[in-house]
Amino acid sequence: MVLSFTKSGIYCEAGDFYVDPWRPVERALITHGHADHARPGHGAYLATDAAAPVMRHRLGDIALDTIHFGEARQIGGAQVSFHPAGHVPGSAQIRVEVDGEVWVVSGDYKTTDDGFSEPFEPVKCHAFITECTFGLPVFSWTPQPKLVDEIHDWWAKCQAAGRPAVLGAYALGKAQRILSHLNPDQGPILTHGAIENTNAVLRAQGLHLPDTIYVTPETKIKDHPGALVLATPGGMGGPWMRRFPNASTAFASGWMALRGVRRRRAADRGFVMSDHADWEGLNTAIKDTGAERIFVTHGYTSQFARWLTEQGYDAGIVETEFEGESLDAPSEEEAAP
Amino acid sequence: MKAFATLFTALDQTTKTNTKVAALADYFRTAPDDDKLWTIALLSGRRPKRGVTTTLLREWAAEMAGIPLWLFEESYPIVGDLSETIALVLPPATGTSDKTLTDWLGIVRDIGQHEIEDRKAIILQAWSTLPPIERFLFNKLITGGLRIGVSQKLMTRALAQATDIPETELAHRIMGDWTPDTTTFEDLILTDDPTADASKPYPFYLAYQLEGLDALGDASDWAAELKWDGIRGQLIVRQGQHFLWSRGEELITDRFPEFAQLPDFIPDGTVFDGEVLAWQNEAPMPFNALQKRIGRKTVPKKLLKDAPAVLRAYDLLEQGGEDLRDQPYAARRKRLEALLNDLPDTLPLRLSETLDFQTWDDLGQIREDARNLHSEGLMLKRLASPYLSGRKKGDWWKWKVDPLTIDAVMIYAQAGSGRRANLFTDFTFAVWNGNELTPFAKAYSGLTDAEFRQITAWVKKNTIERFGPVRSVKPTHVFEIAFEGIQASPRHKSGVALRFPRMLRWRHDKPIKEANTLDDLKEMLETYG
Repeated sequence: MVLSFTKSGIYCEAGDFYVDPWRPVERALITHGHADHARPGHGAYLATDAAAPVMRHRLGDIALDTIHFGEARQIGGAQVSFHPAGHVPGSAQIRVEVDGEVWVVSGDYKTTDDGFSEPFEPVKCHAFITECTFGLPVFSWTPQPKLVDEIHDWWAKCQAAGRPAVLGAYALGKAQRILSHLNPDQGPILTHGAIENTNAVLRAQGLHLPDTIYVTPETKIKDHPGALVLATPGGMGGPWMRRFPNASTAFASGWMALRGVRRRRAADRGFVMSDHADWEGLNTAIKDTGAERIFVTHGYTSQFARWLTEQGYDAGIVETEFEGESLDAPSEEEAAP
Repeated sequence: MKAFATLFTALDQTTKTNTKVAALADYFRTAPDDDKLWTIALLSGRRPKRGVTTTLLREWAAEMAGIPLWLFEESYPIVGDLSETIALVLPPATGTSDKTLTDWLGIVRDIGQHEIEDRKAIILQAWSTLPPIERFLFNKLITGGLRIGVSQKLMTRALAQATDIPETELAHRIMGDWTPDTTTFEDLILTDDPTADASKPYPFYLAYQLEGLDALGDASDWAAELKWDGIRGQLIVRQGQHFLWSRGEELITDRFPEFAQLPDFIPDGTVFDGEVLAWQNEAPMPFNALQKRIGRKTVPKKLLKDAPAVLRAYDLLEQGGEDLRDQPYAARRKRLEALLNDLPDTLPLRLSETLDFQTWDDLGQIREDARNLHSEGLMLKRLASPYLSGRKKGDWWKWKVDPLTIDAVMIYAQAGSGRRANLFTDFTFAVWNGNELTPFAKAYSGLTDAEFRQITAWVKKNTIERFGPVRSVKPTHVFEIAFEGIQASPRHKSGVALRFPRMLRWRHDKPIKEANTLDDLKEMLETYG
């Protein structure tokens, strides 16, 4: 086995390193900066140079070495390289080759190009360790241009009604993906602190985002008529929202595909937007690797593994501590300062 | 169907009542009459008979989606809604359709007359021509349910805005025994002819839960009765016939043949409001005696004898064909009492007596004793009040007895469906029987969304075993369970069945050892069963 599954995480014996481990280890290769993949306490970190700034911002002074996409590096008996996963800027699939056998760890990924993150690249391998957050045939994403139009339409309707438009999205990735496609000429764009902090990091590494206004305790919404407010899902559920009375609320998440979830969140609108692959995306990605062995990590694992087995793959389930796209996402927000 | 889909989307995208009413009113101003009539029918719970089983729909949907049936079945509980699951798994539509809501409902209504293969062709054709939301709505129509967050009250309010006909008048017009095949929008809504339908009931006046006695003012302005746990019913005698309506606007005349003799004794143009109860030895029987009657469309003789029904009348809405609803309650009661006084007591009609009291304290004491009188509390009615329609605050209040409560341990959890998909919301509770925990009740309401999220996270981490969708969990949490009544039940392991169990409080302060016991439950059965 090129990689094995241990209590601390996915382990490569030949190179004596872990991929996205959840317990402190000597050497960790990190797919991307989300809190369930990039955890504190490891001896040494390796991540793409595009993922590094966010990780430093979140994890502080860590021993972090960086690597370019596609660059090969020898670690002990293993050759590793990082390839775009299309999940968030800098997110990677990690390819590990030992004695001619190739395994790939997907991390989190989506196969469609969001025009912001480096687009997903399929990597040929013998074994593919894949997430399946949305591994059921009921998940099929709306094309992004249509989503972006829907968001602008909703924003315009809110402006016409004189209500602030508050849109909930993950502080790292989703919020900036949306932001990068917003038309700043339509009105002012306000941001929750956790989102603004990430914006600053991404802007500093050269990613372009429209100008935003950081919501402070002194912010008065009436000073910003026609505003769209980007909020964290947690911020929307708490006292932070009190400064936006009469707001129209929306969430951007893959879970918004389900009407029941939409109604449970009691938001006015739900935009079906995920940074994870939908059913079609997962199946295509797996097919494109050419792999025969598939390990599914987080999501609808039992259903998806059974489906893959019936499709002729040698598929198994691996229990991990990855969370995928959680609507309530407390860990993700607590990680942000 | 596009206009209806646009309406649905507008309703679905807001939680604000006014926005919903505005969207509906707009629809009622612009849609064709046929579609309006169907919309009224659907939103007042009238729907065509189901012509295709859901089993077939699942098979056809899986086939069209190119997935095995098991994968469809696994997806369904996660989505929580069959119509939505089907709409989500199907490939994008390949054609388009200009059919109206009425066209589609015609198809839905008639589909049962076709051979199975033709039914399949009709369904697949619909699926391949409808865009996602219309497809979802079509599935809702064909599976027979359209709960889209609009009550009949909201619908009526919107219709009033669109037609300039008063809301209470409309509420009355849309009552009764009609379908879009037996009437038209013109006849039902726009024409004011109350005699057109002899069976037409009045909209029920519904009481709110009492918030406090302080706001009620002087006790002498009020009448009170015991509140009975039966079926709220409206009994109509017109044109030599009788009709019995339940509060859910279901015509249940045939289920209670004991009332068939009434037209011989009661003049035409008489309408009672009251409670249908199973009745023996001049006292109400437990609710489950009546329960046996509810489910039966025809009633065997033995059941008629074992659980005879009466109407305990508390109001008179029509006499001599005259609508009395604008008269004060006191005047209506006087007429009711006079009318019932003259009738032989062999008839299945009883007066729901008013209680004797001078002060609110007097009444409070009667309430304390209500459970022993087989009553679930008191009804307070303002003597000067007219009979309003629908749930209105101010003149009628229910003052229920406090529920019975017991502290129990959660032992099983199951995910909810629909709005609560992805959350564990359905729990089984147990009490101690020696060192064992014996399950005795299921409950799924009473917690806040935040508490459901908290318990869901806990269940995921503390599952012992899975039995299909049900998980056994480590006995850890104690909840105070409230319920309205308790009865012996040989079908349940605990030997008891509770009425309306729900979670009153999450007892974070109680260790499981301090939960109640089966003996405590049996003692309650002894006292209140």
